[in-house]
Amino acid sequence: MSMTATAGRAHADPHHIGVVIEHPGPAPKRIVTAYGFWVFLLSDIVMFSCFFAAYAVLVDQTAGGPRGSEIFEQRNVAIETVCLLLSSFTCGMAGIAADVRNRFWFYLGMAVTCLLGLIFLVIEFREFADLVARGYGPSRSAFLTAFFSLVGCHGLHVSAGVLWLLTMMAQVFAKGFRADILRRMMCFALFWHALDIIWVGVFSVVYLLGSGV
Amino acid sequence: MSDQTHMQAEHDLAPGDEEQHGVGARILGYVVGLALALLLTATSFFIAGTDLVWQPSIPVALIVLAIAQMGVHLVFFLHITTGPDNTNNVLALAFGLMVVFLVVGGTVWIMAHLNQNMPPMDQIMQMRR
Repeated sequence: MSMTATAGRAHADPHHIGVVIEHPGPAPKRIVTAYGFWVFLLSDIVMFSCFFAAYAVLVDQTAGGPRGSEIFEQRNVAIETVCLLLSSFTCGMAGIAADVRNRFWFYLGMAVTCLLGLIFLVIEFREFADLVARGYGPSRSAFLTAFFSLVGCHGLHVSAGVLWLLTMMAQVFAKGFRADILRRMMCFALFWHALDIIWVGVFSVVYLLGSGV
Repeated sequence: MSDQTHMQAEHDLAPGDEEQHGVGARILGYVVGLALALLLTATSFFIAGTDLVWQPSIPVALIVLAIAQMGVHLVFFLHITTGPDNTNNVLALAFGLMVVFLVVGGTVWIMAHLNQNMPPMDQIMQMRR
């Protein structure tokens, strides 16, 4: 955009970023809501960083129990990763469908997202149950405590996300694509994509780095 | 009613919102993001399991790949860009990242030094007797 910094308009662009705003007024509610939710997501990521830090400190404190390389199964993790990645994509598709108010593609995208999220949760739950059954529960060693809390916390977030997803489908079914429903849908999409970002950290730091050591 | 306004050109962009594009362009963005993310994921899993690469470089490569994939997710899925209408979102992200690095880096740093300056645990147990 051209810099039209005449005397009268100079204060309209105080940071000289090239966008002259005359009298913008308060931002629309969609922007305020999404920005607030974005700040919440960042605080959620900060919380996860504490779990990551605890895991990094405790990863070698196995107390005679198993190391990561002995209990991680790469094949399961690969399936989980692909599930979450594809679900992020279908969630984006559902978001676009909501914006153009296409019910069929919205329901289809959300249903596929839900299915992929559930597959992820089932695989993770079976991994946890298998570890506990072999005596490698969270109380076995500090390493396993950190592992279960980090991965379990992410799993809890995904569970909450699936519940939220079903709520969004019900709300669209009952109330249609109203402005407030679309805002919630946008927040849900942000939440789901952020979970995928955290999973990238989990599978890289916990599973891939852990299985190499 | 400001409730109904979807996006206005003179305002900032909400995180997750894109600049005005057609549906086709938006879907294409997600497809590109998905392809890049799948590629980076496959590379990560390949590098972790192979012995074709110099072994000590593997952890660094994995971390670099993870950061690259997070970047892909931020740009193509969350639509956080460097445009002037995205300044607020980027600044919030930058602050969040700073806290994350302080927490993780500070913890690892301090705990590594503590471990270095502590005698091994069996010696402590002997001293207590």
